[in-house]
Amino acid sequence: MKFTLKWLKEHLDTDASLQEITDALTMLGLELESVEDRGAALTAFTIAHVIEAKQHPNADRLRVCMVDVGGETVQVVCGAPNARTGMKGVFAPAGAFIPGTGIELKPGNIRGEASNGMLCSERELMISEDHDGIIDLPEDAPVGARYVDYAGIDDPVIDIAITPNRADCLGVRGVARDLAAAGLGTLKPLDSSPVDGQFDSPINWQIEFADDQQHLCPLVAGRYFRGVTNGPSPKWMQDRLIAVGLRPISALVDITNYVMLDVGRPLHAYDADKVDGDIIIRNAKPGEKYLALNGREYNFDPEMIVIGDQHGPDDLAGIMGGERTGCSDDTTNMFLEVAIFDETNVAATGRKLNVLSDARYRFERGLDQTSPYWGTELATKLVLEICGGTASTVVMAGPGREWQRQIGLRHSRIKALCGVDISEADAKRILGALAFEVSGDGETMQVTPPPWRGDIDGEADLVEEIVRINGFDKIAAVSLSRPHVISRPALSPAQQRVRKARRTLAGRGMVEAVTFSFMPGALAKRFGGGSPALHLVNPISSDLDVMRPSILPNLLSAAAQNLNQSVTEIALFEVGPQYADDTPKGQAIMATGLRIGDTGPRHWSHDARAVDAYDAKADAIALLDELGAPTANLQVSIDAPDWYHPGRSGSLRLGPNVIAWFGEIHPAVLQQLDIKSPAVGFELFIERVPMPKSKRSGHAKAMLSPSPFQPVTRDFAFIVDHDVAAENLLRAAKGADKDLISGVGLFDDYQGKGVGDGKKSLAIWVTLQPKTATLTEDEINSAADRIVAAVAKSCGGELRG
Amino acid sequence: MDAIDEIRERTLAAIVAAADPGQLDAVRVAAIGKKGDVTGLMKTLGGLEPDARRAFGQAVNQLKDDVQSALDARRAVLDSAALDARLMAERIDVTKPARFQGQGRIHPISRTIDELTAIFTEMGFTVAEGPDIETDFYNFKALNFPDDHPARQEHDTFYLPPDAEGSSKVLRTHTSPVQIRTMEKVTPPIRIIVPGRTFRSDHDATHSPMFHQVEGLVIDKKTHMGHLKGCLIDFCRAFFDVDDLPVRFRPSYFPFTEPSAEVDIGCSRDGGGLKIGGGDDWLEILGSGMVHPRVLEYCGVDPNEYQGFAFGMGIERITMLKYGIPDLRPFYDSDLRWLRHYGFLPLQVPTIAEGLNG
Repeated sequence: MKFTLKWLKEHLDTDASLQEITDALTMLGLELESVEDRGAALTAFTIAHVIEAKQHPNADRLRVCMVDVGGETVQVVCGAPNARTGMKGVFAPAGAFIPGTGIELKPGNIRGEASNGMLCSERELMISEDHDGIIDLPEDAPVGARYVDYAGIDDPVIDIAITPNRADCLGVRGVARDLAAAGLGTLKPLDSSPVDGQFDSPINWQIEFADDQQHLCPLVAGRYFRGVTNGPSPKWMQDRLIAVGLRPISALVDITNYVMLDVGRPLHAYDADKVDGDIIIRNAKPGEKYLALNGREYNFDPEMIVIGDQHGPDDLAGIMGGERTGCSDDTTNMFLEVAIFDETNVAATGRKLNVLSDARYRFERGLDQTSPYWGTELATKLVLEICGGTASTVVMAGPGREWQRQIGLRHSRIKALCGVDISEADAKRILGALAFEVSGDGETMQVTPPPWRGDIDGEADLVEEIVRINGFDKIAAVSLSRPHVISRPALSPAQQRVRKARRTLAGRGMVEAVTFSFMPGALAKRFGGGSPALHLVNPISSDLDVMRPSILPNLLSAAAQNLNQSVTEIALFEVGPQYADDTPKGQAIMATGLRIGDTGPRHWSHDARAVDAYDAKADAIALLDELGAPTANLQVSIDAPDWYHPGRSGSLRLGPNVIAWFGEIHPAVLQQLDIKSPAVGFELFIERVPMPKSKRSGHAKAMLSPSPFQPVTRDFAFIVDHDVAAENLLRAAKGADKDLISGVGLFDDYQGKGVGDGKKSLAIWVTLQPKTATLTEDEINSAADRIVAAVAKSCGGELRG
Repeated sequence: MDAIDEIRERTLAAIVAAADPGQLDAVRVAAIGKKGDVTGLMKTLGGLEPDARRAFGQAVNQLKDDVQSALDARRAVLDSAALDARLMAERIDVTKPARFQGQGRIHPISRTIDELTAIFTEMGFTVAEGPDIETDFYNFKALNFPDDHPARQEHDTFYLPPDAEGSSKVLRTHTSPVQIRTMEKVTPPIRIIVPGRTFRSDHDATHSPMFHQVEGLVIDKKTHMGHLKGCLIDFCRAFFDVDDLPVRFRPSYFPFTEPSAEVDIGCSRDGGGLKIGGGDDWLEILGSGMVHPRVLEYCGVDPNEYQGFAFGMGIERITMLKYGIPDLRPFYDSDLRWLRHYGFLPLQVPTIAEGLNG
């Protein structure tokens, strides 16, 4: 919302400085966006009369001008082609700062002629790009006057942000009222006294809504103006409209715009001679359309409110008028519309047709319900003053909307809700200054908001008004009391795990990424997603149109970008949501990691090694360990989803539950993303990791009872079929004597010479830990026999000879 | 006695002269071996008179001890020299690069969430969460956004397809729905923060279609706007690590709070650089207000008994301000150069005890 300082002062009698006013606006909730004081840099520039311009004796292109600057004559050397005797121009004296050149003007001597100032171009004043010649003012420009005053640019333009609740401040008067209430001056009276009509309007309203749609236009006023003279509006009005960014069109149109900006009351002016019969307000009919004043055609639907005559609609209610019945320079009879329309309907229509207008902005935020009455009178005075003619009596239609309501206010609520002491008298004074009517006292005040404050509907709103005007800075800050001397954990065990997951993976050399929750639909399909229910209706782009079913594709895409930057070793992870459906339960928290390329940069100590599925498996298991999962019980099954390499991937299970997937990424997926290096990844369902059993008896750990007896480690090599899972063999060995065997490990996996076709040799170590006595050789041999037997039974393996 | 002295002198000289363990052993054998000189003297003892034998015996024993000590001492010297020589031969170039251990990073967003969680923990808050895909009820209606109200349009909402009943779910436009979800479940007093993902269909240099917010909610019987100010001033000063950070509260509007305030922190932009604290300029960092009575009613909380405040703040924004990160969009680009530069080491966990500033 833009306005100028002088415009504000039309409504506010104040001595406050510009700075005081802009500071106050922000602290009233009318946040200052900018102040543009175009004239501030130009106060030294005056209007001058060129008494004589004669050829410079030593330069063909220069003229020596004798300039009357208002009681004093100054010699100026000027190079402009249009400098001539008798013209009026803009003069800058020596010492003035020229904004367009950034130079302070010094008295000088140009080719032997003294020059004590300058005649300026518009570009030198930075008011336009024009530099073809010096400013050429009309003959009646007052010599000696300040140019900024003459040009109407001595008026700072203030731009403030208006929150959606403050429809009343979409007019300058509303802003002035807030400032006055806050003590920055006095609100001047506004003369909206009725103007007597000279004749009955030949145009009347026909409201043709269905019975249940009467609310769409609760009240409308109209007035017929006969014999008006349209043409340019007065300079003061044009200056203000231009200052706030509106283009002057004609007096009648400018008046409607001016009243809208001045008091927040949008108007519409019809060329009465183009209207056939009465004006009809109704719902649109299917197929109807109109050409709007912005030159575009819009198709109506039957929910929209339209206004027109018997030839059809030519106005979209509350949004924009039409070309057919609009005013032109030739208009001599005008019909003025001052209406209230249903806010929700206007908003919905504007959104459907995607048409923005200053009128829509105000209608959808809500107007003063009494404004058809006073708005008509304000506009009438301006039309008669500027365009002449005579006005009819006012024609009204509609019952109006009940806007008066009483809201109870307890004085104690101000302190209780906001913690600030404001006396009852002060509270009443503030409400009064905002034109709220207050009756009663203390805990039983009854408040009636003014008709322009549709946003006020409860006690809290009244408290806000009082505290806002009194100043938020008067509220003393109070630190929150601590509920416990020693803080309790803020994070639940499940939440702690999510954070632990991040630190664990970063601790393993992986870098945390945060990627979008959406991704390209085509890629989502490859990762088991892309169901219609998770397609955004209004995506920002087709690359971001589906909620991600997995984090992996986002990490792969990120990796591809990094590979393009010549980064060759990539270890990325993300801990975040993925979406199986649109319910809260369909959102899972995943820890997902991706490694691409070699395990590290080339190094003298070892040959480079490409990442493989075991790297991803190690990441997943290390994370499960950190999350407290019983990883000794993990089982691997060969059934990872089809975005993994079918022969180099697996699922990690605890009992029947899949906790994670890991493995090489399917080569076809890598090809799709143009990734040429090997890639491995894992996806871990954090919420599926069982929580450790709750500690019923405090935090004590189980007693450690280390055995005093020497452990013994023996190695075994088994020949088994090549498809025997190593995990089964290790499990069988471990299970041979659960009490005695404290650890098993695989240290060789050999296929080839010496081992038959279709066979492999798995070599394991087994550690025996006696608890009651040192093992005898017989006991060791007996244990070894049981291990061999167990492996033979479960895997068909036999000891390698 | 001459013989003893002669053997001592000769043997000790030979010991000192032995250059390696082999020579030393030869000297040992020659002196105290079975046929050694000292052993030979011992053998002569039996032929002596008792008195002479005692004196001679003592002298020979002394000689033997002296030789043994000298042998031990020389052996220690030779062993040490041999070890030194071996170790010198085993020398490696320790200036070669050590084995590679990749170093990971924590994303700045996670870091900031950890920091603010630590601060609000001190004020008695716990962390609550809610789904990213929300119903219209939780995202708008229960937060007192009327249908078709301009305040709703300002949210640039992402929609999912309508279901059989014609209602569309939305990607939550703010973390505020978790206020509702919490109040529905929990009887006050309530103190929660809600960090999480939020979504708006806006994409330019300063807006991302996905970003993060942290919501705060305090509900009890006595919390008023002074507490709102105190809590947020305490937070801002702790988070930005500026004890006298100016914090300003301006009236504003949110449908779900009344009164509503936007919060600015003081800054200066002298010399082109932005400095948090001091100065004569302000930076808007969050929105806040007293929870609207109608919101309490929607959640079944009696507004005549309970009241409190809520706030919401952009996590990327405060991260950028604190850590001098100039642009928003690289937060989600996963460029490893950016992540390594602006990311944090995994064990640099922000805690009250160790400090909050990376």
